[in-house]
Amino acid sequence: MSAVRSQLPILQVLVPLLGAVLVAFLRRGTSAFALTLVVSWILPFVAGAMLLQVLATGPISYALGGWAPPIGIEYRVDVLNAMVLMLVSTVGAVIMPFAYRSVAFELDDSKEAWFYSMYLLCLAGLLGVAVTGDAFNAFVFLEISSLSTYVLIAMGPDRRALLSAFQYLIMGTIGATFYVIGVGFLYVLTGSLNMVDIAARLATVGPDQGQAVLTALAFITVGLSLKLALFPLHAWLPNAYTYAPSWATAFLAATATKVAIYLLVRYYFSIFGVAIDIRSLPIGDFIVGLSIAAMLVASFVAVFETNLKRMLAYSSVAQIGYITLGIGLANQAGLTGGLVHIVNHALMKAALFLAVGAMFYRAYTVELKDLAGIGRKMPLTTAAFTIAGFGLVGTPGTAGFISKWYLAVGALDKGWWLLVFLIVGSSLIALVYVGRVLEVVWLREPSVEIAKVRDPPLSMMAPLIVLTIATIYFGFDTEWTAGVASTAAKSLLGGLR
Amino acid sequence: MITDVVIPPAAVLIFGALILPLLSARLRAFFLLVLPLVTLYFVWQVPDGTALKATYLGYELALVRGDALSRLFATVFAIMAFAGGLYALNQNRTAELVAAFCYAGSAIGVVFAGDLLTVFIFWELMAIASTLVVWSAGPSARGAGLRYAAIHLLGGVLLMAGLVGEIAGTGSIAFTKFTLDSVPRGLILAGFLINAGAWPLSSWLPDAYPESSWSGMVFLSAFTTKTAVYVLLRGFPGTEILIYVGLFMVFYGIIYAILENDMRRILAYSIVNQVGFMVTGIGLGTEMALNGAAAHAFTHIIYKALLLMSAGSVLYMTGKRKCTDLGGLFRTMPLTTICGIVGALSISSFPLTSGFVSKSMISEAAGIQQLAVVWYLLAAASAGVFLHAGIKFPWFVFFQKDSGMRPPDPPWNMRAAMVLFAALCIGIGVLPGPLYALLPYPVDFVPYTGSHVVFYLQLLLFSGLAFFLMLNWLKRTLTITLDVDWLYRRLGLAAAPSFDRFAETAWTGVVAATNRGADGFLRVIQRHHSPAGILARTWQTGTMAFWTTIMLAAYLVLSYL
Repeated sequence: MSAVRSQLPILQVLVPLLGAVLVAFLRRGTSAFALTLVVSWILPFVAGAMLLQVLATGPISYALGGWAPPIGIEYRVDVLNAMVLMLVSTVGAVIMPFAYRSVAFELDDSKEAWFYSMYLLCLAGLLGVAVTGDAFNAFVFLEISSLSTYVLIAMGPDRRALLSAFQYLIMGTIGATFYVIGVGFLYVLTGSLNMVDIAARLATVGPDQGQAVLTALAFITVGLSLKLALFPLHAWLPNAYTYAPSWATAFLAATATKVAIYLLVRYYFSIFGVAIDIRSLPIGDFIVGLSIAAMLVASFVAVFETNLKRMLAYSSVAQIGYITLGIGLANQAGLTGGLVHIVNHALMKAALFLAVGAMFYRAYTVELKDLAGIGRKMPLTTAAFTIAGFGLVGTPGTAGFISKWYLAVGALDKGWWLLVFLIVGSSLIALVYVGRVLEVVWLREPSVEIAKVRDPPLSMMAPLIVLTIATIYFGFDTEWTAGVASTAAKSLLGGLR
Repeated sequence: MITDVVIPPAAVLIFGALILPLLSARLRAFFLLVLPLVTLYFVWQVPDGTALKATYLGYELALVRGDALSRLFATVFAIMAFAGGLYALNQNRTAELVAAFCYAGSAIGVVFAGDLLTVFIFWELMAIASTLVVWSAGPSARGAGLRYAAIHLLGGVLLMAGLVGEIAGTGSIAFTKFTLDSVPRGLILAGFLINAGAWPLSSWLPDAYPESSWSGMVFLSAFTTKTAVYVLLRGFPGTEILIYVGLFMVFYGIIYAILENDMRRILAYSIVNQVGFMVTGIGLGTEMALNGAAAHAFTHIIYKALLLMSAGSVLYMTGKRKCTDLGGLFRTMPLTTICGIVGALSISSFPLTSGFVSKSMISEAAGIQQLAVVWYLLAAASAGVFLHAGIKFPWFVFFQKDSGMRPPDPPWNMRAAMVLFAALCIGIGVLPGPLYALLPYPVDFVPYTGSHVVFYLQLLLFSGLAFFLMLNWLKRTLTITLDVDWLYRRLGLAAAPSFDRFAETAWTGVVAATNRGADGFLRVIQRHHSPAGILARTWQTGTMAFWTTIMLAAYLVLSYL
């Protein structure tokens, strides 16, 4: 048992990676799904075991291939990335049963196995980014996840998916390039690629090289901002989310951007923050400014959107603004709010996209005007959408309220009254775009086509219900969300110079 | 008595409501009547002091905290839920009943909340549940429901901003008496006042309530504004500005009610007017004034519900709501007429009715404090209430001309609910002792002194005379009254011709300017954010790359500065 325990960090990546290869050899969709399901369900246990261990005994360091860091690649797990690992693997596991029918419905039979293979590859990449403590290794995993994501998106049932995937490919590559240029700067400055080592050596870099450090910071920030879709570098996201297969959208919205956000937090607080006085730089305020723009602009766009998936995609851009806002605030309450929103938003947005996926499965459309009255025919699905939607607005009693609360407190700790109003004000805009949908789906008379639909089968309903219950549950019991986020925020801020 | 486990009364009503849709019709009727009574029982089991705690967001919440004031409001809320349930037995939209009971339960949750966070949580629940009550009326209530929700969430935003500031500033979540000395407290007060229906954000009330169903408005009239009165009583007693806010509401309500033609909108404006009396009492802040405000909230819930039940019965039987379409119904709806008149007399604080024993307390408190202006204004307003609600409502609906309609009295359950409340109105008016015993402070006030009674009778008789002298002028035509909500509803000005010419010219300028501003703002938002707008359409890859470069440059320049 202890032999397994000491190998947990590498298992987290190896299991999905090997799974991806095995699934690629399969031809039948059903068997590919079964194998993927097994792999997906193993991962939360691995992540959970590590999270418990980290909370009990502090960070885990794992030397890949027995090569001691900083020469060898180190996998390093602390509270922050244990939380992200837990989130990514759990969301993947919970929504997996939904994929069976949804993917079979939206994709050609011949592509199903490939879809699952690409999903596992993407999962391996995302978990790899979160688990590694090596700057270049993170780039490799980022590219693994991105490349497989392009394929996942391109498999969408709409032909526009191809163009969206291509556009995302170009932008994603630019982002990755920026990131790797930044890492290159750091390597030249410090001669190391190990994150902990970089941080230690960066602190001793002479003042004449200060501009090179700032350039590295700028490249990495912009590169990751593209990956995490921070306004105005979000433009690839709406199309990608709209035209990808429904299930892939739910998975990507809940996990992909979150992992990029994690990496940004890692660079800010564990690398640059340790080496230089990052709070004296204008970069934090700049991120706050962009986050506010994201919260307002993307929410307004969502108000006018007629395609439900696209509306939710823009809402994602706005919600990512909340998360980066917490990062920019860089105080205990604000950062806790940002980090906890990584989890809360993942749960709510996955639920919302699954609900829309279920509607597409039954009604063949995600255009709002065609979904009038669907609440009466798919009451459970629509109820789940409603609850998760209220979470998005930040109604008390849902997980969204917790995030909003911490962010508002964080803004006040800085004495920024106006920001408190903008936070709650942008949630009012969220109310408008969620309310607009609720009005159409619940209060209007169903059309002839809609009158024939009903709730989807249990395999699709169960993940949706679990996520919806989680949205409410984590609105009350915050020990495992805000509690963990607060611990992570404390250790991150405590390490700042 | 040992109370080891306290069951929160709010939970009984809310969770009970949620199982209603699963029940058969017969069982549902049974539950509708029993749930409020069980709740009432648990209301009286709540001991003084904090009885139930929980931890949330790192704060210790006092989910249930009992004292005399909480118990007074919770009692009348439970009674209201019972009578409302009885009245709505033949409402076949189960969704409305579920929402209404959740709404009542949340209101009880607010009055038992011992800290600001719990207040806020139930406050928002109440907003959601009440919106659902409005929406249950069907497609015609859709727009009004949306506007209602928007205003209440705006109130929620103000409240939450104030709350966060208060907690960050003082480190305490306790809900106690506040002095109005900081921005967060001002925001909390503003959030509370929006729910109380204070001007200028009062138009949600006469806008949304009359659009609800015949039974929905009975529920709506009771809870939102009265929980607002409760939180003001708890948090801001003796805050001077409330006197002026309250007086403004009193006269605003009267003027608009007199101009109104829709019978339920008359009663909606009259809610604003009556809540104005309570807010004034809270602003006065002496023990007698606070007692008066609390007692008036208690009696008001009952007589306003009674009035709305009788109006609801008329709507239920005839399907008509405009005074111009109604009249002469007393022939075939005698019971409804009598109950309506009892309610009308109570709201006018006629001696021997419940309104008299509560409202005279507020006036008396103003008199004792030597606030002559306030006293005179309240006296004048009492006459105005008689004019708009006391005579106008029953006269135009049940008497006046013969509309030719011959509807019978409504079904037994609606009659029973009306008789119950009519009996309460008179019972409290004749024997105010039990109500006075429930009040938060000891009462040394005798309502039935010779001078009181004579004064009120004179006031009422003269305003009654005035009503019939001015009947021709008051006769309702098919008008729509212009209110502040036009500013945000942006409806065409053409629809509001018959409002007083002076007001019209003045308003036209303001409204047009505001419309232009709002239109312009919306156009800008829409131009950039709608699907074809620059911020929403698909960007070319080159544009995206361009912005990436811009961002890099921005970061570098900012860092080097």
